[in-house]
Amino acid sequence: MSLFHNSVYLSLFLSIAAYETGCIIKKRCGIALCNPLLIAIVLVIICLKALDMDYADYEAGSRYLSYLLTPATICLAIPLYEKIMLLKNNLKAIIAGVLSGIVTNMLIVLLCSSLFKLNHQQYVTLLPKSITTAIGISVSQELGGIVTITAVVIILTGILGNMTAEWVCRLFGIDDPISQGVGFGTSSHVIGTARAMEMGEIQGSVSSLSLVLTGILSVLFVLIFSAVY
Amino acid sequence: MIPMKYVNQILIILGIALAGELLRAVIPLPIPGSIYGLAILFFLLFCNLLKPEQIQDAGKLLIDLMPLMFIPAGVGLMKDWQAFAPLLLPASVITVVSTLAVTAVSAGTTRFIRRRRERRTI
Repeated sequence: MSLFHNSVYLSLFLSIAAYETGCIIKKRCGIALCNPLLIAIVLVIICLKALDMDYADYEAGSRYLSYLLTPATICLAIPLYEKIMLLKNNLKAIIAGVLSGIVTNMLIVLLCSSLFKLNHQQYVTLLPKSITTAIGISVSQELGGIVTITAVVIILTGILGNMTAEWVCRLFGIDDPISQGVGFGTSSHVIGTARAMEMGEIQGSVSSLSLVLTGILSVLFVLIFSAVY
Repeated sequence: MIPMKYVNQILIILGIALAGELLRAVIPLPIPGSIYGLAILFFLLFCNLLKPEQIQDAGKLLIDLMPLMFIPAGVGLMKDWQAFAPLLLPASVITVVSTLAVTAVSAGTTRFIRRRRERRTI
């Protein structure tokens, strides 16, 4: 049995099979709460418990997936470049929206952290919560946060935004597709963008531009905000 | 030539990743190497030093595979559960309040600026 546990392919197979299962479930039921990534994480944890496998054994194989994260994040420059060319005329309004969203997010995290008397590590763990997962978990790691918690909070933020952003836009009478796209991408990254794409092509493009901009520009604000608490 | 396509594209992407890590090591700021890499690639594309076609296939593949790369981090919660339990309430409050507020503020700001510009052009 230990020979089986030590195979790196077991972790990789489990992870990818769990994600595939998550995709099938998502397709069947169609609601945002059935996020494939969230389902995959829960399924893998259940399997590890059932196989009596340590996280360290799992990590020995699954780290090969994590190694791909840096090159994949770099490739976000491709959609960024394409969308900037496409949305040149509205770039100023989009960047202003993104910046206001970043500051709002970090002020709220700062305020709530002091309200709940969190320590610095807990604060920097939650600070990157609206940033796309790839950039968010690297930022959390750089700041000394607890990466695993950051990842889960980011995913939950995405799911919540996916389900509520349309309603928030309606509440505030925001009906132009560009502003809607900024709202989705800035608040709930890739998972929100999936919903924006269903609403329309413009919403989808603006949302995917906003999510990359949020990721990059947040890094600068994180430098300031991580120093104040 | 087609089989060479991925080799060449992966070489370019890994070269940029390496340059990003190098910058991270040299610059004393808590900025991940991937962000420097992203900036380098964007700069190369923006200045036409690199065409999107030259990295597109490998790039799209990596972006498509990205959700898989977050599974290990999420599963890690099983070892960090003790640290997560006391954060459950604060994290929930922060997530709900900030997600709703960020959507409203960012979308509202963009609409405000676009309307102001429209008015000026009329």
